Amino acid sequence: MKVFIYPTNSLILSDLVERFGHEPLAIMSEIGKRVRSQGLDSPPLNITPEEPKLGLKYAAVEVPSGVRGRMALFDPLLSKADAAIIVRDPVTSFGCMGCARTNELVNFLIRAKKIPLLELDYPSTEEDAKEFVYKISEFLKSLKPAEEKK
Amino acid sequence: MDTITKMVVINSQKVLPSDVVIKLYESNADVMIKETCFGIIVSGERTIVDSLLGSIRKMDPYGIFIKERGLAPGEPYRCRATRRGGARPGFHTLETEDKILPYIASALKALDKGEVPQQKKRKTKLDVEKLKEIIKEAEASQ
Repeated sequence: MKVFIYPTNSLILSDLVERFGHEPLAIMSEIGKRVRSQGLDSPPLNITPEEPKLGLKYAAVEVPSGVRGRMALFDPLLSKADAAIIVRDPVTSFGCMGCARTNELVNFLIRAKKIPLLELDYPSTEEDAKEFVYKISEFLKSLKPAEEKK
Repeated sequence: MDTITKMVVINSQKVLPSDVVIKLYESNADVMIKETCFGIIVSGERTIVDSLLGSIRKMDPYGIFIKERGLAPGEPYRCRATRRGGARPGFHTLETEDKILPYIASALKALDKGEVPQQKKRKTKLDVEKLKEIIKEAEASQ
């Protein structure tokens, strides 16, 4: 199954989801698609004027274009998500994760989608980490295994 | 051709990035490899990179962590060399998560041993009805 992760650039979540046999939906793949496409109109991420228009699906025109631009990146991930793992209040929010309003909107949209959802906190001790990994493994085991990639 | 770039973050006591690089060169696969301070960046065709990194993970299943990366190694928009230094975007997240990786490694070991951790009780907010009862009790006692 395709599992949306938040923070969407998290190494730990991306690795654990893949390790337990599912496909992580991470922002890196969306950025990669834009960077690898031939002919960059607006480097480095190739966010063209078309992207904020896609973001209009989620946010009004008065909303800063940064939110709409980010939502254009998140849109394919949100629409494909079959399940989600959310880490509450992550310490870092940089780059694509650096907009608090977008993050709130993404969290809201995931909850509104009514898909299997696991909410956790980042571990700060070894005991917390054991609980963190155990909960993720149990959650991912309860989901159907990922379809084999073509 | 579906090209992909993956980051291999190594937080191991027995495997060094240079060991992994040698192993990757030995495989003679058609991929681009860059050794970095945190591990390795591998770029190439998706099927080749995925199978290659699957075998690399076996070198230390608890000390090697892998994630996808949008930009290829040495991308001028992202590379510090062309951006006149400073932390590259994504570095701070990696730095924060890198500190937790030893805990995650020991948690994965414990999971494989079949350990079930005791779940901590989360502090919940005071219920409104409970607060009303406390107020009534306090008023009655006066």
